[in-house]
Amino acid sequence: MSGRRSEGGAIDRSKPISFRWAGKSYQGYAGDTLASALIANGVSIIGRSFKYHRPRGLIAAGLEEPNGIVQLEAGAVTVPNVKATQIELYEGLSATPVNAKPSVEFDLLAVNSLFKRFIPAAFYYKTFFWPSWRLFEPSIRKAAGLGDAPAERDPDHYEHRFAHVDTLIVGSGAAGLAAAEAAAALPGNERVMLVEADFEYGGGLLSAAEPVEGLAPLAWRDAALARLRAAPNMLLLNRTMASGFYDHGLVALYERVSDHLPPEQRSGPRQRLWKVRCKKVILATGAFERPIAFSGNDLPGVMLASAAQTYARRYGALAGTRAVLCTNNDGAYDAAFALHDLGCTVAAIVDSRAAPGAGADAARQRGIEILAGFVPLAAKGRRAVRGLEVAALGGGVRRRIACDTILTSDGWNPAVHLHSQAGGSLAYNEGLQAFLPKGAPQDAISVGAAAGILDSDTAIDAARAAMRGEPVEAPVQAAVGPTRRFADGDTRAQTAWLDFQNDVTVADVQLASRENFRSVEHLKRYTTLGMASDQGKTSNVAGIHVLSGLLKTPAPAIGTTKFRPPFDPVTIGAFAGRAVGEDLAPLARTPSHAAQVALGAKMENYGGWLRPAYFPQAGESEQQTIAREVHAVRRSAGLFDASTLGKIEVKGPDAAEFLQRIYVGGVRTLKVGQCRYGLMLSEHGIVYDDGVFARIGEDHFLVGTTSGHAAAITETLHEWLQCEWPHLRVLVENVTTGWAVMNIAGPKAREIFAAVGTDIDLSADAFAHMQYRAGTVGGVPARVQRVSFTGELSYEIAVPWGYGAALWDALMEAGQPHRITPFGVESLMAMRIEKGFLHVGSDTDGTTYPQDLGFGPAIAKKKDDFVGRRSTMRPDGLREDRRQLVGLEVTDGGPPIEVGAHVLPADATEARGTQGWVTSSVYSPTLERPIAMALVERGRDRMGETVRIWDLGQWRAARIADPRFFDPAGERTHG
Amino acid sequence: MLLITCPHCGPRAEIEYRCGGEAHVERPGPHDQVSDQAWADYLFYRANPKGGHRERWLHVAGCGQWFNVARDTITHEIAAVYPMGETLAEGSAA
Ligand SMILES: [Zn+2]
Repeated sequence: MSGRRSEGGAIDRSKPISFRWAGKSYQGYAGDTLASALIANGVSIIGRSFKYHRPRGLIAAGLEEPNGIVQLEAGAVTVPNVKATQIELYEGLSATPVNAKPSVEFDLLAVNSLFKRFIPAAFYYKTFFWPSWRLFEPSIRKAAGLGDAPAERDPDHYEHRFAHVDTLIVGSGAAGLAAAEAAAALPGNERVMLVEADFEYGGGLLSAAEPVEGLAPLAWRDAALARLRAAPNMLLLNRTMASGFYDHGLVALYERVSDHLPPEQRSGPRQRLWKVRCKKVILATGAFERPIAFSGNDLPGVMLASAAQTYARRYGALAGTRAVLCTNNDGAYDAAFALHDLGCTVAAIVDSRAAPGAGADAARQRGIEILAGFVPLAAKGRRAVRGLEVAALGGGVRRRIACDTILTSDGWNPAVHLHSQAGGSLAYNEGLQAFLPKGAPQDAISVGAAAGILDSDTAIDAARAAMRGEPVEAPVQAAVGPTRRFADGDTRAQTAWLDFQNDVTVADVQLASRENFRSVEHLKRYTTLGMASDQGKTSNVAGIHVLSGLLKTPAPAIGTTKFRPPFDPVTIGAFAGRAVGEDLAPLARTPSHAAQVALGAKMENYGGWLRPAYFPQAGESEQQTIAREVHAVRRSAGLFDASTLGKIEVKGPDAAEFLQRIYVGGVRTLKVGQCRYGLMLSEHGIVYDDGVFARIGEDHFLVGTTSGHAAAITETLHEWLQCEWPHLRVLVENVTTGWAVMNIAGPKAREIFAAVGTDIDLSADAFAHMQYRAGTVGGVPARVQRVSFTGELSYEIAVPWGYGAALWDALMEAGQPHRITPFGVESLMAMRIEKGFLHVGSDTDGTTYPQDLGFGPAIAKKKDDFVGRRSTMRPDGLREDRRQLVGLEVTDGGPPIEVGAHVLPADATEARGTQGWVTSSVYSPTLERPIAMALVERGRDRMGETVRIWDLGQWRAARIADPRFFDPAGERTHG
Repeated sequence: MLLITCPHCGPRAEIEYRCGGEAHVERPGPHDQVSDQAWADYLFYRANPKGGHRERWLHVAGCGQWFNVARDTITHEIAAVYPMGETLAEGSAA
């Protein structure tokens, strides 16, 4: 192609712009896209094709472009796979081609092209079976793929916005502007929004020449825009694409806020994702021109007629010097005229219709030869168009025309994507050979070219009528002419491209059809037609037409593939918005966070809470730290911030009755001031949560849950109350973050607690293990439970959250004489395993029933129903070989066994037929040996039995034991 | 994304809600008299209609209240929103 800059266009020639493409410097103007500037500079090869690495040029001027995929900028701000037609030129812009190494001019992998017959449709699928995918994979992986994802973190930020509008208009061509003006004038329309994906408003008006309502197209546009800008209820957004139409009038908008500026000038968010809830949506999304499939139609220099027209009229960029137009419709003649006006020779117009329309007369007046009833057969040339071979449609006469540019138009496909996403159906229009929008379940109306109305004045009238509530009907217009179809097996079909980006040819569709992939959805997956980043905007309907011809089935009976959002690629950053890094899932912090960090705590994420794993001192290993912390608690006292434990208040006359139905054990008999351990099940009978609950008043309970589970349990309790037992008079409130909880544990716990000052009688008789007392601690209101997860004398002191840090400090100070030691979650876990205490989620999984944990007798004793009870009685729950929670003593003298290791019989010789697995495991500092807990088949009947343990190829030896390894009678807690 | 009208908070986006599945599923009891079949029906079996459907929704990021919704599963049209414990007369909704 020998593109060049000509006269005219809407570019600003007073503002030249320097940019770099593939390492070379060029010049364009403000108002150019990268694509138009490249054409104006005579750059014809812009990339290499995906599969065969054939040289490719631009075929479109808009977002349907399949070939012009580039890598924009470098380093952290680089954007892979962006279309040159969508990039606004800015000073210093730098872009490179993708998929071409070392360069687009000389591509080492173009050798693939020579082997094309070995890579037909479904090559990959077939190669999975024979001869060997692994044989081909390395070279195919290297050849396929587009741009490079940035290696560095994205330095830009993105944001989300929400809006509600009465009417949203998508697209600012003649129909869109007319509809917007009518919408703005409608009484009661308080908020109207018009969005345009391009940086210029005007759509097709930007490349039109015919007068619009008697005015020059741009003059009509400017007047309409001025009126819209003056309307107080109108919001206009350019560089904003409607990317998806979802349920109940929700439209996603993708606004490119600062992409058009040089990186160093950008400020604020790079892009913005809007979620707009619309009462009515006007779809003025235009139409995409269909290319014609002929041999060599992917040579640089073959271009959509409308694209060449846009490059000429809007950008003053001529695609070549000697063009041929191939068409089957009148509209495309304007493209030939646009080029002709700027001094390009039009060698011929090849029109498949035997009797071309009015355009032919105008062409002849310009001295352009018309070849009526002719169709293109083959483009000639190796790396650029040198000529075109044409033939009479019926066969016979052939001619070769010298040219450097071939413009093609096989008619237009309305952009029905958003209409279809909205749930709208499609109707096939025989005249246009295209699918048009039909009824929509949502209030969405297509106007203009999107409705098949290609004439501006007609489109404007119809858009205004639509806003008055009248139906939009595509007018009867001249039918497009015939398209030449390849005979099945014609070798020229192997070089006749349908999907340029995914390298799918007419021959590929023929192969799929022969192999019986005849559903359009199967055709798509088998050939990858329409599966590239352009989602087949230029290829889908063309492929349907080919299949229709092969199957002798009308196109409407074949149908289209499903249109799914996004309409055009949207960056991951825009979808993520501000939810990145630490803001993706912010971690909650406990009241003593600062004090714990100051003590050198190793903080980790435990179920959304930032908590200390342990508090290492200089030179200590993890195991040494845990041992020191455990010894301190068992010998003197330790302090643990337990504020993360779930706390739910359950209050009301029926509170006891309600909890009786929730917990596995009994609740009604619990006396005020007493605590009890409780297990909750899901309705499926699976162990869901456990914790201690306290009766703090006759009709008032405090329900404890595991950390991180408080919100879910609260929601579950509400669900049962509202949906199943609405007559129960109960209030449920999650107060987890209302109360900070400090757990003081160890033989010296009582002395330290007393030293802080409290009006609660702490004597063992007055305040026994598993009791609750309210009072003041250090002068602030407190709720205290004497409960223990460490197995030592232990108090959980709850004070209002804001006093939590002060209570931590007070206890640390009061504990100094006893060398009080802060301890972390890992030390707590070591102590609870020493005690054989269950940890729901570690020692249970999605199949664990309460009877597996030894709660069978407790259930048998209870008369009432409770959540999940019936499910535990299903046949699966009655199986005798269920896995039961037991302890494991390591008998081989080795280190702790890995959690997840399999338990096998003592005589097992190979790793099969597992009988269960290790659920908790630790080196016990108190017992000075490794211990573990495991779910083992019939475990409780196998106490003392030797078993083999297998983990990733390693065999270990262990003995099944009572999991209460330390102080099995629990005497220490009663001290 | 649906726009659901909470009876207490008005029209709000679907992300604020949690769908609780089919409405009006009866919990059988008492537990020691329910057959395995009846319990399995209650636990696992749900209508999956193409068209009119009644379902429970929770305004989880709002008022925390459950309510019923009559929704068309094809068009997503919401024909009615009504309180827990109530039923819709036949033919009064999709
Ligand atoms: Zn609500």
